[in-house]
Amino acid sequence: MSSRALVFIIPIIVIAIFWMMARREARRKPDPTRKGFFERNGVVLGTVFVLLVGFWTLFLVALPYLYMVVESFHPALPPMKRGGPDDVLTTAQYASFLVNPINDSINWLHMGALLFSIIASIAVTALNFAICYPLAYYMAQAGTAQKVRLLMLGLIVPYWVNEILRAFSLRLLLASKGLINQALMGLGITDAPIDFLGNNTGLYVGLSYAYLLVMMFPLYNAIESLDKNQVEAARDLGAPWWRIHWDVVIPYAKPGIASGCTMVFMLSVGSLAAPQFLGGPRTLWFTAVIYDFFFQSFNWPRGAAYAFIMLVVCIALVLGMLRLFKVSLGEAIR
Amino acid sequence: MSAGVELDHVTVRFGDFTAVDNATLDIRGGEFFSFLGPSGCGKTTILRTVSGFLEPSEGCVRIGGQDMVGIGPNKRPTALIFQNLALFPLMTVAENISYGLRVRGADRSARRKRADELLDLIALPGQGDKLVSELSGGQKQRVAIARALAVEPKVLLLDEPLSALDLKLRQHMRAELRSIQQKVGITFIYITHDQGEALTMSDRIAVMSDGVIQQVGDGKAVYDNPETAFVASFVGENNPFPGTVTRADQTYAVIETAFGPLRGRNPRGLRAGDQGILFVRPESARLGAGSADTTLTSTVTNVAFEGYMTHVYLKGAGKKEIIVTVGRQAAIDIPAPHSAAPINYDADLGLVLPEGMLARE
Repeated sequence: MSSRALVFIIPIIVIAIFWMMARREARRKPDPTRKGFFERNGVVLGTVFVLLVGFWTLFLVALPYLYMVVESFHPALPPMKRGGPDDVLTTAQYASFLVNPINDSINWLHMGALLFSIIASIAVTALNFAICYPLAYYMAQAGTAQKVRLLMLGLIVPYWVNEILRAFSLRLLLASKGLINQALMGLGITDAPIDFLGNNTGLYVGLSYAYLLVMMFPLYNAIESLDKNQVEAARDLGAPWWRIHWDVVIPYAKPGIASGCTMVFMLSVGSLAAPQFLGGPRTLWFTAVIYDFFFQSFNWPRGAAYAFIMLVVCIALVLGMLRLFKVSLGEAIR
Repeated sequence: MSAGVELDHVTVRFGDFTAVDNATLDIRGGEFFSFLGPSGCGKTTILRTVSGFLEPSEGCVRIGGQDMVGIGPNKRPTALIFQNLALFPLMTVAENISYGLRVRGADRSARRKRADELLDLIALPGQGDKLVSELSGGQKQRVAIARALAVEPKVLLLDEPLSALDLKLRQHMRAELRSIQQKVGITFIYITHDQGEALTMSDRIAVMSDGVIQQVGDGKAVYDNPETAFVASFVGENNPFPGTVTRADQTYAVIETAFGPLRGRNPRGLRAGDQGILFVRPESARLGAGSADTTLTSTVTNVAFEGYMTHVYLKGAGKKEIIVTVGRQAAIDIPAPHSAAPINYDADLGLVLPEGMLARE
C-alpha cells in the first residue's frame, strides 16, 4: 500500500479510536439521563451536523495538512515515476534544510533565511507592541468614547485597502526617488537618497503596519476590562506612571499581550507579500524560499518539508516564550 | 502624624456643571470627619480633590497647612480607600499591603515587616501569602485599609468603603474602622450616603446637597438642630409641614399649615409672613391630643408593626404621609386604619425652618 493512501486512513483510524474510547467511557460510567446525539438533535439535523463537521475537519483541516506531511517525506519525482519503485519514504527533504544536497555543504542560505525571518518578525512584533500599547491604553482607559470611536475608525478604514496596493504605495513612498527621500533631500537633511528598501526599513514598516490591528485588538480588549480604580490606587500609593504600567497594567493585560504578540509573530513569519515587495534585494524571507520550491522548481516535497520546519520552529519558539512569561496557552488564545 | 485639611473656597466645575460650590471647611488633625449626602451631591468630588485626582477650579486645598496646588496624588500625604477597594488581584495580600513601600524603594525585609505589623493591626495575622481572591469581603476591606495605612499617610480618605458589604458586616466594620482610627490617630475623611455610618463613626459630619455644604457639626447637632430644610429631611426621618409663619418671637414661631396653626422652635429667627416648614420627627410625635397649637388631626392610612416599635402612617397634606413612631413603653391603643386620629408633640421638639429643598425620598 502506498504511503499516500495512509493519509486517508489515518483520520479514519483516529476517529474510530475516539469513538471507541467514548463508547467504553459510556459503558463504564453509565449515565441514564444522557441522551444520544441523534436523540437530542433528531436524525435530519444530526446527520447535517455530522456531515458539516466531518467535512470541515477532514477536508479542510486534517487531510490537506496530512497530505503535505506525507508529501514532505517523499522524494521529488516527475509525475511518471510517482508511485513507482523510486517513490520511497525518506527524510531527505528535511535533511536538505541542513545540508545542501547539490554540493553537500551546510545549507547556510536557507537556515539563514529562516533565522532572519524569525528575528525580523520578533522585531516587527516588538515594534507593533511599542506602537499599540500606548494607543490601546489610551483608547481603553483614558480616551472619551467619541475620540475612541474616531481612532478606531482611523485604524480600521485603511485596512479596506488591499495588501498589494498598500505594499506598493509604501514602496512609492520609500523608494530612492520617493516622496520621503525627495523631502529629505529638499530640506537638505541628506545629500544622497537613503535606501529605505535596501536596508529593510520598508520591510519593517510594511510588516508592522500590516499586522497592527492584530496586536491592537487583543491589547485593547485586555486593558479595557482593567478597573480604572486599580490604576488610581497605584498612583495614590505613590507609584510613578511607568511603575503603574509595569506593576498593574501589564501583568493584568499579559494574556492579551501574549495573544497579540503570538499572532503578529506567526503571521509575520508566514507573510509573503510584504517581504516580497518591500524587502531589500539581498533580503530572503523564508516563505519566499518555500514559495519558490512549490512554484518555481515544482519540488512540492521539499517545499512542504520547509513549511513544516518553519511551523515547528515557530510553535516551539512561541510555546517557549509563553512559558518564560508564565502565560498558559489557554489564556493566550482566549 | 496627622494633619488637618482645609478647604478654602473650593469650587469644582465639570464644563457647565458645578460639582462642588464654594466649599470652605476646616477638618482638624486626627478627626474622623464624614461627608454625608445623597449620590451626586459632590462628596466624592471633594474626596478626589483632596486626594489630588482633581484640581479645584477655584480656591485651594491645604493639608497640614501646605497648599496642595499642582501636587499629584502620588505626592500627597493622603491615601485613598476606593469604593470597590481596587486591591491588585494578581498580588498576594502582603504584596498589596506593601505596594506603596515597594514604589518608595523599601527593601524586601522592611516591606515584609511592615506588612506583618499591619496584618496584626487588621487582625489577619499570618495571612500575607494568600491571594486577594481567597479572602472574604470583610477581610478584603481590612486589607484595603492596611494597604492605605502602609504608606503612613497623614490623612486617610475613605470613599463609601462599606457599601459593598452586607448589613451585619457593615455594622461590625463601623466599630472596627473607628477603633483603627483611634489606634493610628490620623485624620479620617469618610464619604457616605448612609447616615447611620456617619452618625455612629464621625466626630463631625458635613451634610452636602447639590455641591453645597449645608451644615457642619457633630452627629447630635446635625440630628437635633438641623439648620436647613434639607438637613432636617435628609438626616433621619422627618415630617415636614410647610406653611406661612403667622407669629414669631425669639424662641418659637407659629406656622399656618394645611393642618391649622402649629408651633415649634424658631432657631433661624423667622418672622411673621415668611414661608417656612415645620419639622416634627416621627419619634417626637405622639398619638392623642395635646395643647391646641401642637395638635393636628388626620386619617390613619396604615399601621406597620416592626416589633420594637410601631409606625403609624397618617394622610399628609401632600403625597408624603405623616409618620408617628410609637415605642413599646407607651401603652397606647393603636388606632385602626381609616379612622381619624389626633397627634401632638412638644413644641420644643418641633422645628420651624426657612423654606428650602427637601431630600428626595
